[in-house]
Amino acid sequence: MKSFQLTYSRFSETSILVEWPQYIAPEILKDILLFKNYLLKNESESIIQITSAYCSILITYKFQISNIEAKITSLKSNYNSRQDLEIQIQKTWKIPVCYDLSFALDLEEMSIEKKLLIPEIIHLHSKTIYKVYFIGFLPGFLYLGGLDKNLFMPRKKSPRQHIEKGAVGIGGEQTGIYPNASPGGWNIIGNSPISFFNRKSDSPCFASAGDNVQFISVDVETYREILSQVENGTYKIESEVLDG
Amino acid sequence: MVEILKAGLYDSIQDLGRFGYQEFGVPISGAMDHYSAKLANAVLGNQEDAALLEFTLIAPRLKFHSDTAICITGMESQAQINEKPVDNNVYIIVRKNDILSFGSRKLGCRGYVAVYGGFLSEKVMESRSFYKSITEQQRLITGDFIKVSQVPIPIKRSNAILKTPQAHLESFGIEVFKGVDFEILNTDHQNKIFTTEFTISKDSNRMAYQLDERFENSLEPIITAPVSPGTVQLTPSGQLMVLMRDCQTTGGYPRILQLSEMAINRLSQKISGQTFRFDVLTA
Repeated sequence: MKSFQLTYSRFSETSILVEWPQYIAPEILKDILLFKNYLLKNESESIIQITSAYCSILITYKFQISNIEAKITSLKSNYNSRQDLEIQIQKTWKIPVCYDLSFALDLEEMSIEKKLLIPEIIHLHSKTIYKVYFIGFLPGFLYLGGLDKNLFMPRKKSPRQHIEKGAVGIGGEQTGIYPNASPGGWNIIGNSPISFFNRKSDSPCFASAGDNVQFISVDVETYREILSQVENGTYKIESEVLDG
Repeated sequence: MVEILKAGLYDSIQDLGRFGYQEFGVPISGAMDHYSAKLANAVLGNQEDAALLEFTLIAPRLKFHSDTAICITGMESQAQINEKPVDNNVYIIVRKNDILSFGSRKLGCRGYVAVYGGFLSEKVMESRSFYKSITEQQRLITGDFIKVSQVPIPIKRSNAILKTPQAHLESFGIEVFKGVDFEILNTDHQNKIFTTEFTISKDSNRMAYQLDERFENSLEPIITAPVSPGTVQLTPSGQLMVLMRDCQTTGGYPRILQLSEMAINRLSQKISGQTFRFDVLTA
């Protein structure tokens, strides 16, 4: 198990930020999840929640932190005694995406800009197995790592006021799906009929940090079929389990 | 039941927030001014996180469909029961068919109405705080009925006299800690941030308060990282944004300051056009 040089800083009266080296990598994600789960198991009485992102976690305590040095010392000792207990089960979720131009508002522009044919863009986008780094920004918004360099595309200069639920976009070096209609500045290249957030479930998003995601290109007809199955609750998202 | 006879500018049900679901991207949300919310619940002897009604700038007109006790805190605008003036921060017994209305705003901008035992709107992920895509409703509208606790009010009422310090609704200094990314500011900005008189912009809501004054910079965005209510972000266009209770869970702009818990409460009582200064606290 690889250990990293971490930095600990006070974030607010009740929270501490722990930072890993500032780059995006699967080994950092793995260590973050290990430490986070270890803390939630061992310090559940004092910790109210832990927010994780690419290379940092924010630990929020139930009560005001009176002795920051003591808290940091305790975190350090937790980090040193964290254990790689279970073999992490990684799921690869198969996410249907329709890249039809009726959804893909920016696909033509991207084809011109990147000098790639539309089928090439679709191929590059759907062949990759993406890593779910964390869920943030909006409820059910997955931060995915692994976008092919040839598809990097700056965010739009002026964001759209309304982006459809399920829109699949590219923003800079990232790709993702809008779980709900919202304003946004990403280049839209398709739409997924899947629901990424179910407010009525205790586990409101099927995916979690550490899982994988692959996009499966579907035509408009299949998209509509899946959408109606999603709406009447009969659709089951396909997933494969890999041993980590 | 409590009926919204006429909705205010922005009415919602809030408690102290939704914790433990940030791994799904769920914001904390909750009452903008925790101090006033806790005060209202304390006067009634409720749990401190009982759900209450929050209004902004223009108060709603409410009708009670059962006997209960209420407490009004936060924004000052002469409250009236059946057109008779009542005070803020006190225990008020209301009877079936009583009507609560308010005069125009005098001080502050977030008001709270707590009922005995709390409002019993839909609970999602352990909280009743309204939030788009989490709760069925994002705001209350005219004609809505909200369930309230049916526990009979106690005969012996609380006599506690609790007063909101005047400073709470009109403080000039907003207490902050240096943010985790403070050191990347240039020295000029590091000094200027604590001497500038900032103005709250028109684009301010439960998610964030934007400030009018610009801090031109050439800072790189950070790798998307955690943020929380009270985090002050600086965008590449020089905009300062103070994240408020409905803020998202992560962000990609440098986090240059962090408001104290009390400072979030106090800032949330300020309206666009008002000015303040950041006062640094030493950790």
